[in-house]
Amino acid sequence: MRHTISLLVENKFGVLSRIAGLFSGRGYNIESLSVGETIDPQISVMTIVTSGDDQIIEQITKQLNKLIDVIKVVDMTELDHVEREMVLIKVAPRQEDKAEVLRLAEIFRGRVVDSGQKTYTIEVTGDEKKIEAIVELLKPMGIKEFVRTGKIAIAREGIKK
Amino acid sequence: MKMSGAEILIESLKKEGVKHIFGYPGGVVLNIFDSLYDNKEVQLILTRHEQGAVHAADGYARASGKVGVALVTSGPGATNTVTGIATASMDSIPLIVFSGQVSTMLIGNDAFQEADIVGISRPCTKYNYLIKDVKDLSRIVKEAFYLARSGRPGPVLIDLPKDVTVSKAEFTWPEIDIRSYKPTYEGNKWMITQAAHLIAKSKKPVIIAGGGVILSGGSKELRELAEYTEIPVTMTLMGLGSFPGTHTLSLGMLGMHGTYYANKAVQGADLLIAIGMRFDDRVTGKIDAFAPHAKIIHIDIDPTSIRKNVRVDIPIVGDVKRVLTVLNKVLKEEVKEQWGEVRKAWLRQINDWRQERPMTYTHSDEVIKPQFVIEKIYELSKGDAIITTEVGQNQMWTAQFYKFDKPRTLLTSGGLGTMGYGFPAAIGAQFAHPNKLVIDIAGDGSIQMNIQELATAVINKLPVKVAILNNHYLGMVRQWQELFFNERYSYSHLDVVPDFVKVAEAYGAVGFKATKPSEVEPVLKEAFKIKKTVFMDFIIDWKEKVYPMVPAGAAIDQMMFEEQKEKPEKKLKAVK
Repeated sequence: MRHTISLLVENKFGVLSRIAGLFSGRGYNIESLSVGETIDPQISVMTIVTSGDDQIIEQITKQLNKLIDVIKVVDMTELDHVEREMVLIKVAPRQEDKAEVLRLAEIFRGRVVDSGQKTYTIEVTGDEKKIEAIVELLKPMGIKEFVRTGKIAIAREGIKK
Repeated sequence: MKMSGAEILIESLKKEGVKHIFGYPGGVVLNIFDSLYDNKEVQLILTRHEQGAVHAADGYARASGKVGVALVTSGPGATNTVTGIATASMDSIPLIVFSGQVSTMLIGNDAFQEADIVGISRPCTKYNYLIKDVKDLSRIVKEAFYLARSGRPGPVLIDLPKDVTVSKAEFTWPEIDIRSYKPTYEGNKWMITQAAHLIAKSKKPVIIAGGGVILSGGSKELRELAEYTEIPVTMTLMGLGSFPGTHTLSLGMLGMHGTYYANKAVQGADLLIAIGMRFDDRVTGKIDAFAPHAKIIHIDIDPTSIRKNVRVDIPIVGDVKRVLTVLNKVLKEEVKEQWGEVRKAWLRQINDWRQERPMTYTHSDEVIKPQFVIEKIYELSKGDAIITTEVGQNQMWTAQFYKFDKPRTLLTSGGLGTMGYGFPAAIGAQFAHPNKLVIDIAGDGSIQMNIQELATAVINKLPVKVAILNNHYLGMVRQWQELFFNERYSYSHLDVVPDFVKVAEAYGAVGFKATKPSEVEPVLKEAFKIKKTVFMDFIIDWKEKVYPMVPAGAAIDQMMFEEQKEKPEKKLKAVK
């Protein structure tokens, strides 16, 4: 099963490679990873999406906790939480599809952040399903480039499963 | 007053009570070595190889319970420490390795003797540091010692760029607080109570004691638990010595080369109390067939060890000594069972297994049996020696035939299985215990992996004894080839083995050779009498194998024995 794990870590050099090394050294896969500073610049937050059975996930969270630079590990999957991801999609539609591309962007509350003679670059934010949906719809129009930030997640306030 | 980084380092080591460092100089650590030159409190022991330095520091740590310290230069000096660090890491040994590094402005430039040792050592250290500012130095040294010895111990590496050792700062010794590192020492009381009740309910319990018992200093509490509840104790390789090997409740070692009765007991048990051990594959054999009837209580300070390999019914995260103290108290005050009657049948059953297949070998009057040498070492040292081993047959025979009664008397590379560990570790142990008899039980293959440390032993007048079980083979490899590869001895025959007596003499040590069983005792007696480094070359029966043996991938009660000439048909496939 897929899990979204959120980590608070010391904002020091080498921390990312300690965490990446933990995954690679034990043969676990990172499906997505995003890192950024928190309000406290000495602490970073990492969101890692990984998958495995219960035993593997237990090992991953325990091993992460064991790393000296990791302050806190939360398996978001166990909590009610909000997930978001942003994608930038560069589409090169045929002349007759251009209007449809813009319409789709609007439906998905996306924004056109750049446009060239033949391309539009659309920014879309949402959870995984939404991202997948717009990608599916834009595919036939001709996606030229596609970049995603990786998932970030935050627990909803006060409600635990 | 401002001090240089090198001076701050030495001041910090003094604060930590370090008396011995094992090391090797080189370009970027010259400032540190210069500061050591007229220092009286911290002695550097010059080894002949950086790997030897780290193993010696490791042996020092295992024998004394203190943190071992090594100091090497950058580049090749640093990379040579990796095997030693990984050895310590796998066995949870507290160690600090200081490696020199090129100056901070050169880092990343592929400078002369530059190696990214922080990157290289990351997976095999508990933690590591690259110091960029001399102001951080003393705090980092203090943190490193704390990390190395606390929680589940392990090696910590500190990379010291040359300019950091030269630049100056005030010496401070600050309080440290690592907010992200808070090991759990006290076990959960409710879980411990549950464990006590499970122990009371069980009919056929077995304790498996591991290296964690020794690391936490919990031998007394373990013995109290075993004797009070009359539960037999088997030990992992790392756990040997945590419970007296001569005790009636001791089953010796379990696992691949464990005793028949230990493995039978584990497989037949209805409860396993696993203490400070991690269910290594050499212990469990085929994991799905391991202890099929047993509930498992697992006590370990490292939460990742629990439920890593086997299912656990009652996990207790905490320090072994503290958890056992509480467990014993609960058992005595709350459970209050009369164990004598309850255990009778189980202990009788185990005794039957013990009678059925005792740990034994075929004696010979013509050729020296390695087991005989080890029995003689045990007898003549009265069991009161620190034994180190290399890796392979010599290690397993030692584990099987020497009775370890006290913790910290067997120093062996259990997890990583490092050939070349035993001799430098014996040197380290001798520094920790100058008046003890320290013996490295070696093979002719392993001893050649760090034989250069003869110089270190001789120059420091260390009375370390090395008993070489010489069969002209990489014995364990040969054993597997004989049993599982149709006797195709691919590259395991050491055609040319040096004359170890002459090698010893060339270095200024003493050398003896024994080729007949009758010579074993006189050689050992003479060697133990001499207050010098001694090599003893025992020409042993090259055909001798380590038995019993559980083929890789088999359940631990599917054992092969010496008399079993026919190979069980499944065995051939069970190679890993």
